This record gives sequence, structure tokens and C-alpha cells, in this order.
Amino acid sequence: MSQIFYKTVSELSDLMDSKELSSAEITKAFIERTKSVEDKISAFISYDEDSAMKAAEASDTRRARGEKLSELDGIPVGLKDVLAVKGQPLTCASRMLENFVSPYTGTSLKMLEDAGAVFWGRLNMDEFAMGSSCENSAFKKTKNPWDTTRIPGGSSGGSAAAVAAGECAVALGSDTGGSIRQPASLCGVVGMKPTYGLVSRFGLAAFASSLDQIGPFARCVKDAAILLKAVAGHDPLDSTSVKVDIPDYPSLLREDSLKGKKIGVPREYFEASGMDAEVRASVESAIEKCKSIGAEIVEISLPHTDLAIPVYYIVATAEASSNLARYDGIRYTHRSKCAKDVVDLYFKSRAEGFGEEVKRRIILGTYVLSSGYYDAYYLRAQKVRTLIRGDFERAFESVDLICAPTSPTCAFKVGEKISDPLAMYLNDIFTINVNLAGLPGISIPCGFSKEGLPIGLQMIGKAFDEAALLSYAYAFERASGLEGRHPNI
Amino acid sequence: MSEKSRIDIDYVAKLARIELSPEERERFSAQLGQILDHFKKLSQVDVSGVEPSAHARAVFNVWREDKAESPIPPELALMNAPQKRDNQIVVPKVVDDA
Repeated sequence: MSQIFYKTVSELSDLMDSKELSSAEITKAFIERTKSVEDKISAFISYDEDSAMKAAEASDTRRARGEKLSELDGIPVGLKDVLAVKGQPLTCASRMLENFVSPYTGTSLKMLEDAGAVFWGRLNMDEFAMGSSCENSAFKKTKNPWDTTRIPGGSSGGSAAAVAAGECAVALGSDTGGSIRQPASLCGVVGMKPTYGLVSRFGLAAFASSLDQIGPFARCVKDAAILLKAVAGHDPLDSTSVKVDIPDYPSLLREDSLKGKKIGVPREYFEASGMDAEVRASVESAIEKCKSIGAEIVEISLPHTDLAIPVYYIVATAEASSNLARYDGIRYTHRSKCAKDVVDLYFKSRAEGFGEEVKRRIILGTYVLSSGYYDAYYLRAQKVRTLIRGDFERAFESVDLICAPTSPTCAFKVGEKISDPLAMYLNDIFTINVNLAGLPGISIPCGFSKEGLPIGLQMIGKAFDEAALLSYAYAFERASGLEGRHPNI
Repeated sequence: MSEKSRIDIDYVAKLARIELSPEERERFSAQLGQILDHFKKLSQVDVSGVEPSAHARAVFNVWREDKAESPIPPELALMNAPQKRDNQIVVPKVVDDA
């Protein structure tokens, strides 16, 4: 029998149903696990043991009365520190919000509360979700549980590392350009970015509003399906959230779902420079595995792939420069103590509150929106975004899903890319297209490098067909035989 | 390589309301120049007749029912204010003395 902290949500729920374990015992196990590994991993910005134990006891009371709310009732769920839960801190890993406490609960978090989930911890991230390594946090550097000299990926690096290290059962993160899938890949867990509009962003601190989505981290596809089911759905408080039926994802997972399906493999992704040979070999053998369980493999072309990085870093920084204008030192943020007047207060509060990468992106975003440059950069990027969307629309006329690597390399060393922002940006090549096109994407472990570092396979699906995408991922997971591997910490 | 991209860092930082240190100014100028060079790829794409995408899918005006709901009470709305008095946020003086 595996340790409590490495059990799946379904296993834990069954153990609570059969009264072998209580939520209080499960929560305690995760708290103890967290305390025993946090000095090595540093996945949490903060946690509140008392409120977690209180929620666990309330869950046990419900179960005892036969009033279980869902399969997640009593399960410890970690939250990226960008999601609002009333009375909990929300720092965005920034000095700007170091003392901020949420005055309300966001919609997806309210849905999780209504499902009975136990919130366990505020997870580290790159400041305001800007970064691919978790090194841009103002508070700490999260380490990769598979090799603590390496980064966990980002921006949701704390969520990925905490799930991989058994510090919470599942976690929520946010993905603007790969911030769920890339750290999931680098930490050897499942991470999914749903279709733009599936999960409400009310209560998610905004980075780039035309790209941001909330999504699940889990140690298996079924757990990701359970968590996604709990948070998906239309919300009048997010005007971009879409009215679609939410099927019961977990019960729709099929081992034979890839049989007879056409998998598109984009030529341009495998021609991209900078892809590690071991990543390539592992992803190619994963695609072969899909073929062996009945999928048909076809080469496809996404001709505008190499334009995605410039388009993304124009669109995302432009939107960020606008969204982050709200952090002004006046209403609810850090306020400089040495400003000489109100205008100087903006300049100094923002200088003191924001870290380097956030400043760099605000400056870049302000520049591409500024008079004289708007047409050449922002408007042109929006037009090329239309071409990128068109690439995917055409591809999905002839295939059921697209398979690609999630990240061009395995986890890199702490400090390796931090001084070269462009090199860091180029690392997002395989994930950002999916945000630009608004499609769902999932990263699933597909192998390990010689050094023992996880490699992720990315599956990209049709808009709002999460049920099919999760089922394909489940079929691959079953065939891969990689379930149940954990880092040695 | 054609002419290196340059950015008027002081002007843009002013628009962004961020005070930069001399070191930041120098570092960001160099890094952003390099990033803008990478963006030049976009200028070679033929986008004539292509509509811009503001979102991944078209979003039109979205309305919800005009129904009064209880707002966040002042004490909650102000709980994170750096300086407050009488249910209001205190800011530095914004008008000059006459």
C-alpha cells in the first residue's frame, strides 16, 4: 500500500467512504509530508494548518451524516498564490501584494469549497505568473523534486512541485503561455490548460486576459478530470466564460479511446531548433505507443509556428501592462514611504513593489502599445494570431488530436537561463500556440531522461472537447506504464 | 543584421509609471533591444486582409441581468488599503496650495 500522500483522489475518497481513513487523518498526512520536505522543495509561499484541519473536520462530519458533497470532499487541494479565497493571503509571489488578504472568494474556488475540498497552502509561482522557472518569485525559489539543483518550471512551479512531492493531492494553477503544462512536464505530473472560457477567471489575478485559464495539476489523468469537473462551468461574473454543458469527465475516460483516432504530429515542432535529443526520442516513442493502441499517425503542418513567440510576447505583455496598471500604491498594494507627491507615489511604489521580470514585461507591453508602435507591433501581432488560429482550425479538419512535446528540454539548472530573458521566452515554443488559439492542452508524463528527469507529452484537443482530450490522455497513461513513479525525496 | 532595435527607455518607463534605476535602464534597454530584434520576424508576414484576433474566439457584448446584489462592504473593500480613515483611502495631497 502506497503512502497516504501519494494516493490518488479516487483512492482517498474510497478510503474515506469505507471509513478506513478520515479527512482529518489524510489532511494531517499531507501537512506532515509538507513539513518534512519543504526545506528541500520550497513549493509553498504560506499555509494555514488550522484552517485546513477545520475544513477536514467539517468534511468528516458531513461524511458521518451521509452528506458527502463530491469525490473531492475532504481532499487537500493546493492553490497557486494567484487565486482568491476570502481571508487567505494572495501574493502573486510579489512584494506588491506581500500583505494582501483576499476580501472575496473567486468562482472556481467557491465551486471547490462547495465540492468539500480542503484548501491546503498557497503555492509558489513566478511573480504575477511571468516566467518559466519559478525563479521570478519575490519570496523563494522552488526546486524540482526529481533533482533539487533544477527548476520546477513555471510559472505554476509550486503547484507542480507540490503535487509531484506529495505535499497536496491535487492543485490548481493558471496557464497563460504554458504555465501549467510546462511545469507539469518538468515535474513528471499531469497538468491541463482547458479551453479558453471553460473555467471562470473571477478571482484569478489577471496577467493577460485573452490568454489566462485556470486548470488542474494531478498525479494521474483521472484526478485531473475530477478536479476540472469541479471547477468548470459558466459564470456571469466572467464575461469570457462560455455556456457549455460540462460532462462528467472522470466517468468518460476510456482505455481504448485512441483506437481509430487520427493523431496529427506537427512537422514544424520537430524541426524547431533547441529540442533536446532525449525529449525528441521520448516523445516519438510515446507517439509510437499511441499507434500501438490503435491510433493513426499523420504528419500535419502548422506553418506559422515560429511566429508564436513574438506574437505571444507582444500580446501578453501588452495586456499585462494594462492589467498591472491597477497596482498603483493607492488602494490595496505596497505603498512607497519615500514619495514626494501622488505621481511620485505611483513611480516609487511600482519600482519597489515589482520585481525585474514584471518591470521588463510592463515596459515592453507599454512600448508595443505606445503611439507610433501600436500598428507595427500590437495590431500586427493580433493579425498573425488569426493566422495561428487558422493553422489549428485547418489541422483539426483532418485530425482528432495533436501530439507534441510540452517543453523542448527537461528541467534546467537553477540560474541557468535567468539572466537571458529571450532564452527563457524561447523555452515556451510548444505551449504558447495553444493559448493563442484558445484550445485545451494537457501534459502527461511520457518518459525520463538518462539523468532521471521527467519528460512530458503534450496532447492538444478541439475546443470544449475536454472529455475526449482527457480520455485520450488516459488511454496513453494506461499504455505508458509510467503511473505511480515518484521522486526520491 | 539590420539596424539594432532601440527603445526610448526613459519615455516608456514614464508612460508605465515605473521609476527605473540607472542599472535597470541600461540592462532593460539592451535586453529589450534584443527581444525587439526577435520580433522583427513579424514584419515579414503578409497580413493584408487578415482580421486581428483580440481573443481566441469572438466575444461579443455579454450582458447579465440588471439585478441589485449586495456589494463588498467598505471594511472588506478597505482591508488592504495602505492608509485609511473614516472608511476612505488616504492619499497624498493632489492639489497645489493656492
